[in-house]
Amino acid sequence: MYTFSNRLKIGAIILMALGLVGMSIGFISAPGNVEEAKAYVAAHDDGHGDAHGADHAVAGQEAHDEASAEAHAAHDEHVYHQLSNRPWAALYVAAFFFFMISLGVLAFYAIQRASQAGWSPMLFRVMEGITAYIVPGGIVVFVILVLSVFHFNHLFPWMDPEVVAEDKIIQNKAGYLNPTFFLIRAAIFLAGWIAYREISRRLSIAQDKADDDSNFKKNFRWSAGFLVFYLVTESIMSWDWIMSVDPHWFSTLFGWYIFASMVVSGITVIAMIAIYLKSKGYLPDVNDSHIHDLAKFMFGFSIFWTYLWFSQFMLIWYANIPEEVTYFVQRIEDYKLPFFGMVVMNFIFPLLVLMNSDYKRINWFVIMSGIVLLLGHYLDVFNMIMPSAVGDQWYIGFPELGALSFFAGAFLLWVFRALTKAPLQVTRNPYIEESRQFHY
Amino acid sequence: MAETKIHAYYDDDDVLMHAVKKVKAARHHIEEVYCPFPVHGLDKAMGLAPTRIAITSFMYGCLGLAVAVVMMNYIMIEDWPMNIGGKPSFSYIENMPAFVPIMFEMTVFFAAHLMVITFYLRSKLWPFKEAENPDVRTTDAHFVMEVEVHNNEDELKELLLDTGAVELNIIKKRH
Repeated sequence: MYTFSNRLKIGAIILMALGLVGMSIGFISAPGNVEEAKAYVAAHDDGHGDAHGADHAVAGQEAHDEASAEAHAAHDEHVYHQLSNRPWAALYVAAFFFFMISLGVLAFYAIQRASQAGWSPMLFRVMEGITAYIVPGGIVVFVILVLSVFHFNHLFPWMDPEVVAEDKIIQNKAGYLNPTFFLIRAAIFLAGWIAYREISRRLSIAQDKADDDSNFKKNFRWSAGFLVFYLVTESIMSWDWIMSVDPHWFSTLFGWYIFASMVVSGITVIAMIAIYLKSKGYLPDVNDSHIHDLAKFMFGFSIFWTYLWFSQFMLIWYANIPEEVTYFVQRIEDYKLPFFGMVVMNFIFPLLVLMNSDYKRINWFVIMSGIVLLLGHYLDVFNMIMPSAVGDQWYIGFPELGALSFFAGAFLLWVFRALTKAPLQVTRNPYIEESRQFHY
Repeated sequence: MAETKIHAYYDDDDVLMHAVKKVKAARHHIEEVYCPFPVHGLDKAMGLAPTRIAITSFMYGCLGLAVAVVMMNYIMIEDWPMNIGGKPSFSYIENMPAFVPIMFEMTVFFAAHLMVITFYLRSKLWPFKEAENPDVRTTDAHFVMEVEVHNNEDELKELLLDTGAVELNIIKKRH
C-alpha cells in the first residue's frame, strides 16, 4: 500500500493556496467598468489599436457602419468585456487541462483493457489513480459551464441573447447550440465517463480477491463499450466545450485533435507518476521497458498530434476561405509566440529528444521531456480558448499561473489520495506475469 | 594448419537462445548463427555490437528533407513561380505549409530506401550472390550455430549436445 508522503501533500496544498491567491488577484484586478478597462489598456500597452478588426468580425459584436465615435465607444466596451473575461478564461483553461489529462488516461486505460494488453497491468493502479480526478475535475468544468450559461462570464458568445439576436449564423445553429441542450449534453457525457471509471475501478479491485476471471472479463466488456461511447461523446464534447467559443468557425477533425492532445498529456502523466512512485521504492516490478513503452507512446502521440494540428492548419490555410481562415489569422497575428511556441514544444522538441531509443529508458530524461510536453499542451488549450475570450489582451500572469497552480495542486492531492486506497499492483490479473516479465 | 569448426543444429529458437547463452557462458567463441527467421534478442545474447543502422537512417532522413526543401524552392519558387492557394507571394517561407507533405514524403523515401540499400551493402548481399549459409535446412526449420574449435573438440561436443543440439557436424577447412 502506498502512503501519501507529507511533503508531497504539503507541496500540493501550497500549490493550491498560491493558486487561489493568483486567481483572486486576477478576479479583483479585472476592470469593473469601461473606464477602468480604458485606464488599464492605456497603462499596459501603448501600441494597441488596429489589430482588432479580425476578432470584432468574428464575435459579430460591432456594427461596421457606425460613426467613428460610436465605434470607439463600442471598441472600449469590447475591450472591457475581454479584460473581465480574462480571469474566467484562465480558470477554464486550467480546469479543462487537468480534467483532460484524467480523461485521456481513462481512454488509454480502456484501450489497455479492451485490447487485453500484456505489458501494462503493472501500471493499472497508477492509471486508476489518475482517472479518480475525473470526478472533481469534471464537476468543476461543469460548474464553470453552468456559470457561463448564467452569464457570469462571456466565454461562449452564443450564450448571449444580444449577440444571437444580431447573428444569423448563430440563430441557424440555435437548435443545437442552446444553453439547455448544451448542459444536458455535458451532464450525459460526464455521467457516462464517471460511471465507466467507477465500474471499471470496482471490477479491478474485485479481481484482486476473486478466484476466477469473471471480473476481468466483465471489465473487458465495459471497456470496449466505453470506448464506443467515449469516441462519440469526446468528439461532441470538443465541439461544445471548446470549438463553440468561436461559434462561426468549425473544423471537422477537431474532436481527434483534442483527443491527441489529451492522450499525450495523459500518457506523460502516467509515466511521470510511475517514475516518481518507483523512485520512492513502490512499484518494484515496473522496469525500464515499461517506461520505455510509455515514452514511445509519448513520442508517437506527439507526432499524431502534429499530424492533426497540421492537417487542420494546412487545409484551412490552403483554401483561404475568409470565415475559416480568420481563426488562424487571429492566432498568428495576436498569439504568435504561444501559437508557434506550442508547435516547437509539442512536435520539434519530442521529435528530436525522444527519438533515440536509449533516452526513452532514462527516467529523469522522460520526466524532463514530460514537463515540456505538458506545458506545451497547456499552451495548446490556451490557444484554443483565449483568442475568442480575451482577443489580443492575453498575458500569462497572475490569473493564468494561479489557475494552473491551483488545479495542479488539486490534481496531485486527489490523484495521490486515490493511489493510497488500493494496493499499487494488481494481483490476480491474468496478464500480470507477462507484465512483470515484460522486456523489450 | 587446419581450422576446425563445429556446426551445431537446433530445431527450436528458444532452445537455441538458451544454448547461445550457455556456450557464451562457457567462454567459447560463436562465429555465426544461421536462422530461418530473426530471433528476438539473439544479437544481445551473442554479444554483437548494437546496430548503427538507426544513425544512418537519421542522416538519410535529414538528406531527404534537405533535398525536398531545395527541390521545391527550385520548382515552385525560382524556376516557375506558382500562385499557391490564391496567395501569389512567391516567397518560400510564406508558401512553406504547402511543401510540408513533400518534405515528409521525401524524408521517409530517402530514409527507407537508402537504409535498405545500406543494409544490403553492409551484409554483402547483391543479385546472384551465392548463399553463405552452410545448410539449406537453415532456410526452413533449423538453426545452425557455428563455433570455433581450439583443441577442445570433445569437451565442446559434449557441451553442445548438452544444450539440446539435434546434430553436430565437424567442418575442417584448409588454408
